[in-house]
Amino acid sequence: MDRVCVCVLPMSSLRPNYPLYIRSTPTENELKFHYMVHTSLDVVDEKISAMGKALVDQRELYLGLLYPTEDYKVYGYVTNSKVKFVMVVDSSNTALRDNEIRSMFRKLHNSYTDVMCNPFYNPGDRIQSRAFDNMVTSMMIQVC
Amino acid sequence: MEGLTLSDAEQKYYSDLFSYCDIESTKKVVVNGRVLELFRAAQLPNDVVLQIMELCGATRLGYFGRSQFYIALKLVAVAQSGFPLRVESINTVKDLPLPRFVASKNEQESRHAASFSSDSENQGSYSGVIPPPPGRGQVKKGPGSHDAVQPRASADQQEPASPVVSPQQSPPTSPHTWRKHNRHPSGGNSERPLAGPGPFWSPFGDTQSGSSAGDAVWSGHSPPPPQENWVSFADTPPTSTLLTMHPASVQDQTTVRTVASATTANEIRRQSSSYDDPWKITDEQRQYYVNQFKTIQPDLNGLIPGSAAKEFFTKSKLPILELSHIWELSDFDKDGALTLDEFCAAFHLVVARKNGYDLPEKLPESLMPKLIDLEDSADVGDQPGEVGYSGSPAEAPPSKSPSMPSLNQTWPELNQSSEDTAIVHPVPIRMTPSKIHMQEMELRRGSSDHTNPTSPLLMKTSDLSEENKINSSVKFPSGNTVADGYSSSDSFPSDPEQIGSNVTRQRSHSGTSPDNTAPPPPPPRPQPSHSRSSSLDMNRTFAVTTGQQQAGVVAHPPAVPPRPQPSQAPGPSVHRPVDADGLITHTSTSPQQIPEQPNFADFSQFEVFAASNVTEEQDSEAEKHPEVLPTEKASDPTTSLRIAQADGKIEEKTAASVPANVSKGTTPLAPPPKPVRRRLKSEDELRPDVDEHTQKTGVLAAVLASQPSIPRSVGKDKKAIQASIRRNKETNTVLARLNSELQQQLKDVLEERISLEVQLEQLRPFSHL
Repeated sequence: MDRVCVCVLPMSSLRPNYPLYIRSTPTENELKFHYMVHTSLDVVDEKISAMGKALVDQRELYLGLLYPTEDYKVYGYVTNSKVKFVMVVDSSNTALRDNEIRSMFRKLHNSYTDVMCNPFYNPGDRIQSRAFDNMVTSMMIQVC
Repeated sequence: MEGLTLSDAEQKYYSDLFSYCDIESTKKVVVNGRVLELFRAAQLPNDVVLQIMELCGATRLGYFGRSQFYIALKLVAVAQSGFPLRVESINTVKDLPLPRFVASKNEQESRHAASFSSDSENQGSYSGVIPPPPGRGQVKKGPGSHDAVQPRASADQQEPASPVVSPQQSPPTSPHTWRKHNRHPSGGNSERPLAGPGPFWSPFGDTQSGSSAGDAVWSGHSPPPPQENWVSFADTPPTSTLLTMHPASVQDQTTVRTVASATTANEIRRQSSSYDDPWKITDEQRQYYVNQFKTIQPDLNGLIPGSAAKEFFTKSKLPILELSHIWELSDFDKDGALTLDEFCAAFHLVVARKNGYDLPEKLPESLMPKLIDLEDSADVGDQPGEVGYSGSPAEAPPSKSPSMPSLNQTWPELNQSSEDTAIVHPVPIRMTPSKIHMQEMELRRGSSDHTNPTSPLLMKTSDLSEENKINSSVKFPSGNTVADGYSSSDSFPSDPEQIGSNVTRQRSHSGTSPDNTAPPPPPPRPQPSHSRSSSLDMNRTFAVTTGQQQAGVVAHPPAVPPRPQPSQAPGPSVHRPVDADGLITHTSTSPQQIPEQPNFADFSQFEVFAASNVTEEQDSEAEKHPEVLPTEKASDPTTSLRIAQADGKIEEKTAASVPANVSKGTTPLAPPPKPVRRRLKSEDELRPDVDEHTQKTGVLAAVLASQPSIPRSVGKDKKAIQASIRRNKETNTVLARLNSELQQQLKDVLEERISLEVQLEQLRPFSHL
C-alpha cells in the first residue's frame, strides 16, 4: 500500500514552520511522516536561501526532490509567501513522475489560495476546509 | 484471484448487476459493453477503471466471468470509498459500502447500494442515500409508509448532493424507489434486500408489496430501466416484463407508470418544485436576501467583499467552521467576494443550517449562481426540473442582473470585450507602424485615459494610440518596452513611408466611415492617390482659402517636415523647436494611425502635419499629449488640406488625429475623427480662425463644426478608452503568457540542476553511513 503524506507549513512568525495541515494516507505511522516532514524543512530552507539570492520572482516555486531516503522521497514546494508544501511519497512508487508531482503541488497551491480567500479562515489556523480535504484525498488516491 | 467473500447484501447486489450485464442470459459471461458502461457510471477515472479491470483478471481473460465481475464490483466499491486499489483490498477492507454507479441505472444502484450499505436499517440507509429533496414529495405519493417517508425526507436533506448528481433522473425515480423502500422494510428481510433493489431497478412499476414477485422479476431482469428518464434503461422488455409479473402491484405500477410516463421534465419540475426542497429559494426568501444584500451593498450588481460578508454572517452565530464551509460552497468564482447570487446561496445555506439541515458537500443546483445566460441553460439543462423550473421563474429576472455581475466578475475580460466589441470593433490597421510608435501610442493612450477621456482631442490621441497598440499587440507579443513616445519618436524619422502610410491610413479611416464606430481601414484605397490629387486640390484650396495657410501648406508639400512649424504655428513654436523630432514623431505617429495608403507617403503631408501639429498642440490636446496631438494636428491639417475637398479625406484626417487622441482604436477612430474632421474642416474653412487660435484648435473646431456629433464622440471616447484598456489587457496577457512560458523553462532548467545536485548529495552521505 502506498504511503503518501502531504503537509502545508506557513512561515508564520508566531509558530514558524508549524504545519497548518498534514495528512497521510495510511493513518498509521503518521508520526513517522511528521518527523520526516520536519527534517525536510531544513532542506527546504537551504534550497530557498540558495535560490533566493536572486529576486524572489526568479526563484522557482517547485523545489523538486528534497532528499530521498531508502523508503521515501520527499518533494518540496514553496510559494512566494514562504508557505511550504511538503509531500512524502513511497519510493516504490516509481510511476510518479516529476510532472505529476508538479501538478499535484499546483493543485495544492490553488486549493490553498482558495482556503485563504475564505474570509472566515484566519491565517494561522489549521486548515479545516472540506474542499481542501477532498482535494487532498483525491490526490492521494491518485498517487497510491 | 483470491477468494472473494461477499456479504449477503453484496452477493445479491452483485448478482443483480451481473444479471443486468448479462443481457445474453448466458449466466456465465457478461457483455463487456454493459460492464464498461456500468463502470463508467461508477464515476471513476478511466485509469482506475482500467486498473480494476486489470486486477480482476478480465483483461487477462478477455471477458468478464462471474467471479471477475464480482471482483470488479468490489474494487469499484473500494475505489469509491477512497481506498487504494489493491488486490488484497478486496477482502481486507471491511464494511465496504456497495459500489455506487451514478449514471442512468446507477442511481438506482447507488440507492440500492446505499440502502444495502446500512444493512441494519433499510430506511435509514435509504434515506441516507436517496437523493433527498426532489423525490421527497414523490415519495409521499406512495400509498403507504408515510412514516418511512418522513424520516427519509428529513434524512434526505442530508444529501442534497445526490439530486445534484443525477438531478434529472433522481426526481422521477427516486420517489418511486423510496416508496418501494418504504414498503420493503415492512416486508421480510430476505425479500427486503431484493425487493429493495427491485424498485430501484424498476422504479416504475415494480413490486411494491410483491416482494417475492418483485424478487423473481427483479432477479430476472436486473435493473429494468426506469422508464423514460433512464437512458440506459430504455429497454422496455424488462420493464414490461416486470410490469406483467406483478399483477398484484398493477395499481401501483400503473400509478408509478403513470407517474413515470408523466415524468417529463416538466413533470419532474413540477414535482420537485412542489416538494419541500430545502435548497430551493422561495420568492419571499429571495426577496429577503436581496434586501439584506442591499443593506451591505446597495448596488445589486456589485460585490460584497469578504470581510463584510464575514461580519454579516458571523451575526448568525453559526460556528466559524460551518460559516467557512458555507463560504466555500457559495463563493462560486472563488474571488473572495459575493455576488447577489452567491450571497443568496450563502444566506440560504445559513438559514438551512440554522433550521437543522446539514450542509451539503456540494453546492446544490438550485443555489448555483447563474453565471451567464448561456450557462443558465447549461445549469438548467443539468437539472431542468429543479433549477430551471424553480429557479428560473422567480430568479430569472433578478438573476439577470446578478448573473451579469457574476459574469462581470468571473469574466471581466469578456464583458469588457463584449462591450467594447459592441461599440468599438477592432480596426485592422494595415499600417505597420514601428513598434516604438505603438508603445508611444500606448503610453499616450494610457495617459490620455487618465487625463481627459472626454476630450475629443484626447480621444483622438488615444484612438491613434489604440490603433498603434492594436498593431503593436499584433506585432510584438514579446512586449517591447513601451518607450516614451517622445524618445521613440526618434525612430520615426526613419520611417517616412510609414508616416506616409499612416497619413494615408488616417485618411482612409476618416474617409471610409465617418459614421462607423470603428471602420476597419480598408485596403489602401485609391484615396491615397486620390488624396494626392486632392492634395493638389487642397493646395489649390488652401491657396484659395487662406493665403497664409496656403503659403504654409504650399510650403509644406515641397519642404521636408520640420520646418513648417515656423510657417504654420506661431504659437506652438515652443513645440516646434522640440518638434524637430516631435514633428517627425507626430507625423510618424499620426501616419501610423492612418491605417492606409502607404502610398500616401507624402512628406509634404509630413510638413502639413507638422504644421497642423503645431496648431493642434495649441489646442486642448496639448494638455494631454502635446507631442501626439501636435502630430495629429499637423497631420490633420495636412490631411485636411489635402482632403479638403473630399469628405473622406477629412475623415481621414480626423481619423489620423483621432487615433492619436483616442486609444480605443476602432470606435475611437470613428468618433474622434469627427471632432478632428470638424477641426480640419474648420481649418480649411476658417483659415483665419486657425490663425486666431492655434491652428490645432482651428482644425478641431472645423472638424467639430462639420461633424455634429460631438457628444457622440465624447461618449465614444469613453468607449475608445475602454477599448484601449482592453487592448492593453490583451497585450498584458500575451506578455504574461510569454513570461510564464519563459519562467517555466527556467524552472525546468533549475529543476534539472536541483536533481543533479540531489544525486550528488546522495553519493555524499554514503561516505559516512
